[in-house]
Amino acid sequence: MRSWLFTLILAVAGAALFALSRFIQNDYFFFAGYVVLQYIVLSTAWNILGGYCGYVNFGTAALFAIGAYTTVALHKLLVTSRIYPMSMPELIVIGGAVSAVVGLGIGYLTLRLRGAFFSIATLALAVVIQTIITNWDYVGGSRGAYVIRPPSAPLVGSYIQYLFLVMLVLAVISVAVARLIERSRLGYGFATIRDDEIAAEASGVPTLRLKLIATTLSGALMGMAGAPLPYYVGYLDPASGFNLAYAVNSIAMPVIGGTTTWIGPLIGAVLLGTLQQWVTVTISSAVSLLIVGLLLVGFVIVAPNGLVGLVRPLFVRGKG
Amino acid sequence: MAPLLEVDDLSKRFGGFVALDGVSLAVAPGERLGLIGPNGSGKSTLVNCLCGALHNESGVVRFDGTNVNGMTAHQRTRLGMARSFQLPRPFTSLSLADNLRIPLIYSANMRRGSHFTAAEIENRCGELLRLVGLDAKARRLPRDLTQVEMRKLELARAMGADPKLLIADEAMAGLSHSEIEDILKLLDQLNQRGITIILIEHIMRAVMSFSQRLVVLVSGKKIADGKPQDVIRDPEVERAYLGQ
Repeated sequence: MRSWLFTLILAVAGAALFALSRFIQNDYFFFAGYVVLQYIVLSTAWNILGGYCGYVNFGTAALFAIGAYTTVALHKLLVTSRIYPMSMPELIVIGGAVSAVVGLGIGYLTLRLRGAFFSIATLALAVVIQTIITNWDYVGGSRGAYVIRPPSAPLVGSYIQYLFLVMLVLAVISVAVARLIERSRLGYGFATIRDDEIAAEASGVPTLRLKLIATTLSGALMGMAGAPLPYYVGYLDPASGFNLAYAVNSIAMPVIGGTTTWIGPLIGAVLLGTLQQWVTVTISSAVSLLIVGLLLVGFVIVAPNGLVGLVRPLFVRGKG
Repeated sequence: MAPLLEVDDLSKRFGGFVALDGVSLAVAPGERLGLIGPNGSGKSTLVNCLCGALHNESGVVRFDGTNVNGMTAHQRTRLGMARSFQLPRPFTSLSLADNLRIPLIYSANMRRGSHFTAAEIENRCGELLRLVGLDAKARRLPRDLTQVEMRKLELARAMGADPKLLIADEAMAGLSHSEIEDILKLLDQLNQRGITIILIEHIMRAVMSFSQRLVVLVSGKKIADGKPQDVIRDPEVERAYLGQ
């Protein structure tokens, strides 16, 4: 299927989902749906570097938080002081741009490392970024910052429904971008990096440049996912912005769904995200993280290629 | 005729170990050069330095008139210097056709300056697969291949870069007599297309039948360079291979 047609179908599906959701009167659906959609963006973004290139990034929370803290800074600088009433799309674009630049910087510092060394370096840089934010008083430092959500939103009225719509659009964009990459020359290059970097270089693939593109794209999407967060939570502090759950979930979801294709992170995020929301409400939020851990261990042992890897052979046989 | 590849006083150390010690050689366009030497003599290090996988500490490598010192491996491949690996390194998640598509889109395509169309890339993939006799397995993964097929895939992938020089690093290791003949025939075909070939090999029968010229490395130094029949009678080469 051609990319433009796929994007069109995805956009229509997204529009249909939003139209149907308007019949739901309970705001909780939008709060929970926002989180699931946010994880679709995060896990898809993680998968561009982790799944397509094979570089496991533990720094998701930092890039996500940079997007969120860019919003906090801009909110304080422009919106609160009434210099310029910045809209959510503008905040998302700027948050994504800042995270993209930081992602590129992290890439420059870490991409000459491989395997566990790369992963540890990304984790260490995430800690460095968290420390900087924690000590930056302008954005609230360790005590956090309040962002007052506007009482109503353009187009849809309710602000939580607006945030849900914004995250739905971001989810559609991120999945469309991931699929476009997968079917492109860039996607082939990423696959060779994952399979054998030395052979890739010997075949003419500029591996470092491609890895930097991957970290930049991945960082941009993570930052875009983080930008609306302050308006969603109303209060942002480093402990919640840099929460380990973002890093763990953004790895667990593609691993459970399957890392080598765009649909893996989507399936993983929808299944695991929904399950977590359900368990958080019915049992406790602590149990939801326990479930993530158990599922992750289970999938790594039983189905290392995720659900897509389990289903694909059946599909191929069926076609044959 | 100006040499295609010129190596001048090349040295490479790994800590205190001298892997290459002032190696110089020149390869003419269209030539078939055999590079031999005992294990640990520096053959693979030399290949890695030529192709940019390792960087030499001193000396100069010139390819097609360009000083390639400091260039990355992919830049050298794009200039027209391709290699096959001692142990096959296929892209395991890609089909055979896609394995060949990579050098076509990332190397040959770049050098031409204009983009191949999708149909041209498809045709070229098919042509390369037919050349090595793997066209029936175009959609299969490398894990489905036999050892000799894997070696052929390595050579075909190197050919995908549309090289002027092909460095075949032990392309026949572990193969049977008839399989060696297959690979030799293939290398011969490639050479007849005008591609210069450096053959690194331990199988003397293959090297002797294929090479027009032989270079011998021992302990990182070049000890002989000349016609194969002369080189193997060189007392220093005999000493290196058979001992005192």
